[in-house]
Amino acid sequence: MATIDSTRDRVDPSVGHLFDHYRQMFLIRRFEEAAERQYKAARIGGYCHLSSGQEAATVGTVAALQPDDLLVTGYRCHGFALARGVPPEAVMAELFGRAHGCAHGRGGSMHLLDASRGYYGGWGIVGGQMPIATGMALSLVRRGAEQAVLCELGDGAVNMGAFHESLNLAAVWRLPVVFLVINNLYGMGTAVDRASAETDLYKRAGAYRMEGERVDGDDLEEVEAVTSRLLRAAREERRPAVLEALTYRYRGHSVADAGLAYRTKAEIEERKREDPLARTRELCEARGVPAEGIEALEAEVEAEVERAVAFAEADEAPPVDRLAAGMYRRGSAEQFERMRPGSPFGEAELVFAGGLGQ
Amino acid sequence: MSGGSGVAAPAAGLAGSAGGVETMTYREALRLAMRQEMERDERVFVMGEEVGLFDGSYKVTAGLLDEFGPDRVRDTPISEEGFLGAGVGAAMLGERPIVEVMTLNFLLVAMDQVVNHAAKIGAMFGGEVRCPMVIRTPNGAGNQLTAQHSQSFDGWFAGTPGLKVVAPATPADAKGLLKAAIRDDDPVLVIENLPIYKEKGEVDTDPELVTPIGLANVAREGSDLTIVSHSFATVRALHVAETLAAEHGVEVEVVDLRSLRPLDVETVAGSVAKTHRALCVEEGWPSYGVSAELAARIQHACFDDLDAPVERLGMAEVPLPYAKELELAAMPTEERITAAALRVLDLAA
Repeated sequence: MATIDSTRDRVDPSVGHLFDHYRQMFLIRRFEEAAERQYKAARIGGYCHLSSGQEAATVGTVAALQPDDLLVTGYRCHGFALARGVPPEAVMAELFGRAHGCAHGRGGSMHLLDASRGYYGGWGIVGGQMPIATGMALSLVRRGAEQAVLCELGDGAVNMGAFHESLNLAAVWRLPVVFLVINNLYGMGTAVDRASAETDLYKRAGAYRMEGERVDGDDLEEVEAVTSRLLRAAREERRPAVLEALTYRYRGHSVADAGLAYRTKAEIEERKREDPLARTRELCEARGVPAEGIEALEAEVEAEVERAVAFAEADEAPPVDRLAAGMYRRGSAEQFERMRPGSPFGEAELVFAGGLGQ
Repeated sequence: MSGGSGVAAPAAGLAGSAGGVETMTYREALRLAMRQEMERDERVFVMGEEVGLFDGSYKVTAGLLDEFGPDRVRDTPISEEGFLGAGVGAAMLGERPIVEVMTLNFLLVAMDQVVNHAAKIGAMFGGEVRCPMVIRTPNGAGNQLTAQHSQSFDGWFAGTPGLKVVAPATPADAKGLLKAAIRDDDPVLVIENLPIYKEKGEVDTDPELVTPIGLANVAREGSDLTIVSHSFATVRALHVAETLAAEHGVEVEVVDLRSLRPLDVETVAGSVAKTHRALCVEEGWPSYGVSAELAARIQHACFDDLDAPVERLGMAEVPLPYAKELELAAMPTEERITAAALRVLDLAA
């Protein structure tokens, strides 16, 4: 338990595998940069939490998922959605609040989702996704499915009651769930050592007799190898685990936070010198990918991000007369008939209009 | 009060406490109230997420850490149930904690400590101990913060015996009500509002001037319709009143509740007896909400005075959507309040 020596897990992935992952990492970086520009141009509103700097931890963990495994995350979720294969157009359109966004313009940055890819959100309350992921794992067990749930959370979430309650349930019921703590050293503006008495967050798993590991979250291959092993143990042996990935976010907590009240520019610059994206690019080169090949891929990804922005700009707004769309199941209109505007004692206006299961 | 706090109770008054009227934002008025009360009373301290080093998620506590130090401006981990409950315990021993919860939405995580613990202490222990704490938190929508971050549960808390709930609409009341809350011996939820933080107004800085809990304020006098509201809805209602005066020649009286529990029905009923028509507006969902409560009380108090059914208006009853167009359609905008007012006045087109 609790080892950081995971070299035994190292597989030697084909260069193609590595190159694909570099592509995803590069996509996430460029996507986040575009999202920040679009936010500043007021095309994106609300909260917008960027993950630049965390790409290896994101891509490496998602890469370890089988196609039918499930993914649940907190609100810093653009990268997870992209890594899971949600089309950049659908993610950007969601950030723009457009009809063809992955949550139909309802969710925005924090509530991305693509159930067809086993991605069940995008949750905005710190720690709130953990009991939900635990329940999904319970469902997998009840159905006898050999699948696992990967539940992402931030270092800030580990002091919530929901964290401890979820870990205990997962352990006592032997559920196939891996809790992935993305430790970027700050929960909003509070450094981990100001928030957590035990700063080796993975060790908390021990309190629940659960496996806990820590990885260098900026080492793509190590992240994937360790996550794969833990997910396999979850799937095949119903052994839940906590995986702590140490990484760093370059931007503030959200676009509204300059990110400098609680850390120094020098610290950020120092971390950027160990940039996981650059590290992975160098790895590609070292494995023999020619520089032209990398540059061609980067140009392709940049065009893809531009297309996503163009798609979002051109996409239509969700129609206002469908305000309540999705709120209740199809067929619920009948139940609400006597509240409907126009019925004798119904609502005065469009309060319930649109989408009451029509 | 029982409970053996070793911390000194306040001095009778502050030297040089003469006030003066200054223009400041709602945010600054809240900060002034906390600063004054922390100077006045050693037992007062602030805790919550990002209240110190980060200067407050919405900058309400900016500068207080430098002024009062980390013992009295205490950053907490993200663990609402834990630190809110810690506030309850400290208050039971006679401290005066001000617990800041980042938004009302996150208070749900600590709901058990608020409703099932803090609110119960006075009655459940037969008055043997009290819980003199303040919970400060903003509600509100309008910034595309989506379903989990845009809510106004004011009525849930106002419907809980044992709590007091205030919701200032102006900088002056922000200062006055927060001070009253800090000095109160019971748990008081001070519901602030995200869009109003930046609103400016005149504030009497007199450290001894508080806004009494339990009294509504006639924010604008009128003769044709009473709009009853609180928090940001009052700001909207005052704008609507001006529009209706200019465009329709009707004079709307705006009653700003200020306190939701206790509720000042006397001021509301006095106004409706004069205008004979009432529209209750809130930022939250109206079903089972503050406006529902008001409508029931107004029809009971003013049964013979009413010339039209009491109308109410609030957030469209959907989880708040992200897209700007949808969010705007859901909110109790001035446009929707105007339309509702015209319906009550029988002036709807």
